[in-house]
Amino acid sequence: MSAVVSDAETRPRAAEGRAPDVFRPGGWVPMRRYSENEPVDFAIVGTGCGGSVLAARLAEAGHSVVAFDAGAFYRPLEDFASDEREQEKLYWLDERISGGADPLEFGSNNSGKAVGGTTVHFQMVALRWRPEWFKARSLLGYGHDWPVDWREMWHYYDLAEDAMKIAGPVRYPWGPPRGRYPYREHELSASALVLARGCEALGTAWAPTPTASLSAPRGLAHPCVYRGFCKIGCATNAKQSMLVTFVPRALAAGAEIRDLAMVGRIETGRDGRVTGVRYHRSGAWRLQKARAVIVAGYSIETPRLLLHSACPAHPDGLANSSGLVGTNLMVHSNHAVWGVMEEEIRWYKGPPSLAVCERWNYDDDKDFDGGYAFMSQGPLPTDFATALVSNEGVFGHRLRRWMGHYNHMAGLKIVGETQARDENRVELSEETDALGLPVPKVTFGYCDNDRRLFTHAQRFMRAVLDAAGGRDLYETADTAHLMGGCRMGVDPASSVVNADGRSWDIDNLFVCDGSLFPTGGGVNPSLTIVANSLRIAERIKALARRGEIG
Amino acid sequence: MDEKPFETPYPGYDVLAKWDGPSWNDATRRVVADRLENVPPRRFLGEAEYRLLRSVIETILPQPERSEAARIPVEAFVDAMLWNNEGSGTRYADAPPPREAWRRGLAAIAAEAERRHGRSFETLTAEERHALLAAIDAGETDPAAWEGLHPRRFFRHVLLKEAVKIYYAHPLAWNEIGFGGPAAPRGYVRLGPDMRDPWEAEEVRPPQALEGAP
Ligand SMILES: Cc1cc2nc3c(=O)[nH]c(=O)nc-3n(C[C@H](O)[C@H](O)[C@H](O)COP(=O)(O)OP(=O)(O)OC[C@H]3O[C@@H](n4cnc5c(N)ncnc54)[C@H](O)[C@@H]3O)c2cc1C
Ligand code: SF4
Repeated sequence: MSAVVSDAETRPRAAEGRAPDVFRPGGWVPMRRYSENEPVDFAIVGTGCGGSVLAARLAEAGHSVVAFDAGAFYRPLEDFASDEREQEKLYWLDERISGGADPLEFGSNNSGKAVGGTTVHFQMVALRWRPEWFKARSLLGYGHDWPVDWREMWHYYDLAEDAMKIAGPVRYPWGPPRGRYPYREHELSASALVLARGCEALGTAWAPTPTASLSAPRGLAHPCVYRGFCKIGCATNAKQSMLVTFVPRALAAGAEIRDLAMVGRIETGRDGRVTGVRYHRSGAWRLQKARAVIVAGYSIETPRLLLHSACPAHPDGLANSSGLVGTNLMVHSNHAVWGVMEEEIRWYKGPPSLAVCERWNYDDDKDFDGGYAFMSQGPLPTDFATALVSNEGVFGHRLRRWMGHYNHMAGLKIVGETQARDENRVELSEETDALGLPVPKVTFGYCDNDRRLFTHAQRFMRAVLDAAGGRDLYETADTAHLMGGCRMGVDPASSVVNADGRSWDIDNLFVCDGSLFPTGGGVNPSLTIVANSLRIAERIKALARRGEIG
Repeated sequence: MDEKPFETPYPGYDVLAKWDGPSWNDATRRVVADRLENVPPRRFLGEAEYRLLRSVIETILPQPERSEAARIPVEAFVDAMLWNNEGSGTRYADAPPPREAWRRGLAAIAAEAERRHGRSFETLTAEERHALLAAIDAGETDPAAWEGLHPRRFFRHVLLKEAVKIYYAHPLAWNEIGFGGPAAPRGYVRLGPDMRDPWEAEEVRPPQALEGAP
């Protein structure tokens, strides 16, 4: 597929002292190079919300950093087509075995593979957590507490929103007061106005969604042109993914990034401490020595790598004395209600989720633990059609007639919290992939509380869409996002890492990505991952200053 | 079964008319030109399997208004996907890998046609073909024919899903549903309800009535 556009997926681009300039077609920026045989301060696995943030912050503090990503290093302006099939190149499509009572779908649903990570194709919704969720167990009676105080997170949310120039409303109706968003809110699209109208009819608050897409110019990046292809990569650089924010910052600060570089194993010494990473690039296995390793491959690849790096000193996998690596994997339930509107909506225009309702994150008068937000929708044609056929089984002339209503459709979809449970987990299967690495096996099932949550949500969204004038309503079920798998905590027996992301077992091994979440929360995860990574960066810098890493 | 053929609300709209304009960038032009000009030849499925697949596709996405040359050749891209052994990132624990699933699923459809009608699927009338696929979706199947494959899951999540992913990625399909199509570097200016930029499809007649939810 993608070969007609460029060779980014077959030939490493970040090499020989230069890396792609994401802001200029054909452009390059200089890149520092580190020797494989001299240990660098930090080897980082992954360049998403965890990896790229740490690479930037640690390099800015003067550390030697090499960050690896299995994916390609794109220049959005020339490598991204306005085409759903072509852009599948952004997804992690390596096989994962999916089992359990409610097996998950991967690929486009939750996993990216590119420098910049999953944010290259995320939908830019940038919401803060409800403060109580950080102490969900103590304050709300479910889940697991974070080893972090919400006020500290609030500070890092400020920094994260500024780093991504979030465009948001002057007043946000839920949660504690916050400062102004760095950029003004976007104009609401017709699909967002459907949510607004429905909520107002029911007397429920709604808000323009804080969105990681520029509403005004920023450096060489133009403001959003409302082309609506965000979910498959923004070809204008308005989207504030990690690829155009922290990755360039990391390079400018002296980090080296190696694209098309799959880390297959974390190496350990006889003392059980980590010594570097073994990675596959340009057809060969190579070794990078490092004083410390930070794993930031997200909720499936991070546990996979830790488990596969088992060695005599750590026979059950690295950082796994608790036996918890890979467990407590969470998703967001992604149930939706769709309907046909009298007016033309043309929901393919603009960021897809420009209006949000967080009522059921903050209102505790409900029959389930946790919460959900719901947002307006704007799926591209094949995205919409696949949900229609897989949920409803429509085919024949009727399918084409349904699709003929594409420009009159509106939808509401939740980001619904699921409970952290030991049995929802990532393990290694007996099968191996093309590089000889064990294929991960993921087990997932909903619990009764999860089901009560999405049943509640579908009832409520139906009422909203009905009040907004929607006809012929129907529902679909899906999941999105991954969280957990290496939870952080205060106790080595009940968590994989501590509040600094540091393994309880190995003092020079860290985890920093979405897998740290002890509890999932009812909003999209990446702003929280970025904020948490900014926090962990300060912690690691402090440890390094005191000479406590090695 | 439901006979009324589809009629587009947007006759006269052609996203390809924007080819040289600011809505299309080079990357998009290369990808779409490749899709239109290089329709993949049959390489993976056998001749008989391919004939059956085409007949199934014509039942799922009938295109009576198009000539052979103008038809969206969904089956060709299914075969290419199988030939290239493209993954989706997910393999359900109780399902075979994609190539095996398609082979077994097509064989099962053929077996169901023989069992019910004593004839091959391709020789059935459009009504019979439609009814047969509906029965498969409803799980009214002969377990022996499916060799452990889950009929509805194969029909919806493998067959229908892949078919619409291919069909609605074709410019002719973008035209018929009035999708704006490629849009970079130029996007859109008018975002509100019943608002349309001059380079978007004009709705000439309302979409056909639906009889309730899908
Ligand atoms: C379609 C979609 C829409 C989304 N929309 C939103 C949204 O609107 N708002 C929101 O907040 N969140 C959204 N998300 C979720 C969000 O993108 C992720 O939660 C977030 O990016 C995860 O960050 P991470 O750093 O943990 O992992 P990632 O961003 O996935 O980064 C991990 C990186 O590590 C690399 N990697 C993994 N293993 C290895 C290895 N062994 N060797 C080398 N490299 C490796 C991967 O290639 C990847 O680039 C969306 C996700 C999807 C799929
Ligand atoms: S709508 Fe805005 S953010 Fe989304 S792809 Fe277009 S320009 Fe980028």
